[in-house]
Amino acid sequence: MITFEDVVKVYPGGTTAVDHLNLELPTGKITVLVGPSGCGKTTSLRMINRMVTPTSGRILVDGADVSQQNEARLRRSIGYVIQHAGLFPHRTVLDNVATVPVLLGQTRRAAREAALGLLERVGLSAEFAKRYPAQLSGGQQQRVGVARALAADPPIMLMDEPFSAVDPVVRAQLQAEFLRLQQDLGKTIAMVTHDIDEAIKLGDHVAVFRTGGRLAQFATPRELLAEPADDFVASFVGRDRGLRSLSFDSAAELPVRPVDGIDLDDSGRPLGLPGVFTKDDSLRVVTDLVISSPGGIAVRVGPDGAADGLVSHHDLADYLASRRS
Amino acid sequence: MIQYLTNNHVIVWQALQEHLYLALLPILFGFAIALPLGYLAVRFTWLYHPLINTFGVLYSIPSLALFVFLPVILGTKVLSPVNVVVALTIYTVALLARTVADGLRAVDPVVVQAATAMGYRRTRRLVDVELPIALPVILAGLRVATVSNISLVSVGSLIGIGGLGQLFTRGFQLFYLEPILIGVILSVVLAGIADLIIVLVQRAVTPWTRAA
Ligand SMILES: Nc1ncnc2c1ncn2[C@@H]1O[C@H](COP(=O)(O)OP(=O)(O)OP(=O)(O)O)[C@@H](O)[C@H]1O
Ligand SMILES: [Mg+2]
Repeated sequence: MITFEDVVKVYPGGTTAVDHLNLELPTGKITVLVGPSGCGKTTSLRMINRMVTPTSGRILVDGADVSQQNEARLRRSIGYVIQHAGLFPHRTVLDNVATVPVLLGQTRRAAREAALGLLERVGLSAEFAKRYPAQLSGGQQQRVGVARALAADPPIMLMDEPFSAVDPVVRAQLQAEFLRLQQDLGKTIAMVTHDIDEAIKLGDHVAVFRTGGRLAQFATPRELLAEPADDFVASFVGRDRGLRSLSFDSAAELPVRPVDGIDLDDSGRPLGLPGVFTKDDSLRVVTDLVISSPGGIAVRVGPDGAADGLVSHHDLADYLASRRS
Repeated sequence: MIQYLTNNHVIVWQALQEHLYLALLPILFGFAIALPLGYLAVRFTWLYHPLINTFGVLYSIPSLALFVFLPVILGTKVLSPVNVVVALTIYTVALLARTVADGLRAVDPVVVQAATAMGYRRTRRLVDVELPIALPVILAGLRVATVSNISLVSVGSLIGIGGLGQLFTRGFQLFYLEPILIGVILSVVLAGIADLIIVLVQRAVTPWTRAA
């Protein structure tokens, strides 16, 4: 757990970057710090590994004040990923990844061997190991950056806009892989982004900052969408938060009508539809299907892929209305 | 010319050795002094401009003047090779301190911060990250310093200090073209070989610069 206790950071020029921040980042979870540019996200993040020194207040990692710990040793126990990866241009991909284990005293050979396994974990084949960073695409560099941060298996990861320098397609891919990786690893992660969609997608918790370095709301993504603390958060979350909040609601309880009037193959699978949903999908998926399918009907399928129910847009509207009351 | 060489190979060979020695010793000393100076100029930003300006002035002193005045300052004999070594060391420091400083300053601050955030302490970060990344710039400076030192040593022989320049003076004194030609050719060849060696070393130690 990472705890901010009444932390203030005023830079020498007089800018208050972080203003009396109290925050708890739970162990093993992803906490996303989000907010407009200049609201103190990076500053907050960098106070955790002592790259920035707070003006007042304390930061604790598992109850221990970071300011009392040896700087270099603290940093080696905290993974750090930044926007453009910040890879060492003079080292091969493999040696970039092996950096922290070597700093910790591992032999280069052992560190490289472990690094090779890590590369695979972040989706890079062994052929990349001998390349230099300049020979990689932005997305590949970012993967190496993540592997490098993971190399010493630190319990904590700090990530400053790790996916914002790549195009939307690659970003979505990296985000999905990141979530899968986190499911295995269960690191305590503090991630900075200015993209609220990314925050909602990746965060177990989201801390919304407002300009001036003040915390506006700390909540789960679902709470954030359903009950923004104030107008600032509501407008930051966006006007379509109602629709987006549906992605946190399961379609399991959604009543369906018997299957009728659609084309099925021999084993009962629907034919010629843009998509179908299951009980595990969210209401957002159902809404999207209802809107995009020609007849305004979403088809539910069972585990075997056979259609087992239909939802019309009237049904969906009634269900949504009934939930609200 | 071949005739001259076979008759005088002992003299020529000795002149060549002296020349090499007088040119390269200052490179060694100069580099050893310039490295910490260049680093300090980057570490303490306020030092950068005073240092760079001082070296700019030093570098602009004509070499002949320096050869003549150094004995006065150092208390050495006018014909002592120490004068040449000290003078060329000054030029080397003046040139390389600036290259080292500029090379280190050109290292992407994002990379330096990433290194710090990963737990590098200052000294190891300098050795493992900053200097290697600055190396192409530093080696380029080293090439210039080496080639210019090799040609400056010849100036020393105008006042009677050893090296290939001796062959020039000899030729002028005897109204004889051969030694002059040999002196010129050898010093050009020497500069070329030294330059080539540095280029090869550079290719070997900075393979990443050719990666992009
Ligand atoms: N080293 C510094 N010296 C002085 N002021 C600084 C320094 N670093 C940041 N600031 C100021 O502190 C405030 C917060 O900066 P910070 O980098 O934490 O913002 P951010 O939320 O990460 O913004 P962005 O989304 O643009 O990255 C800004 O007003 C910034 O100008
Ligand atoms: Mg930032």
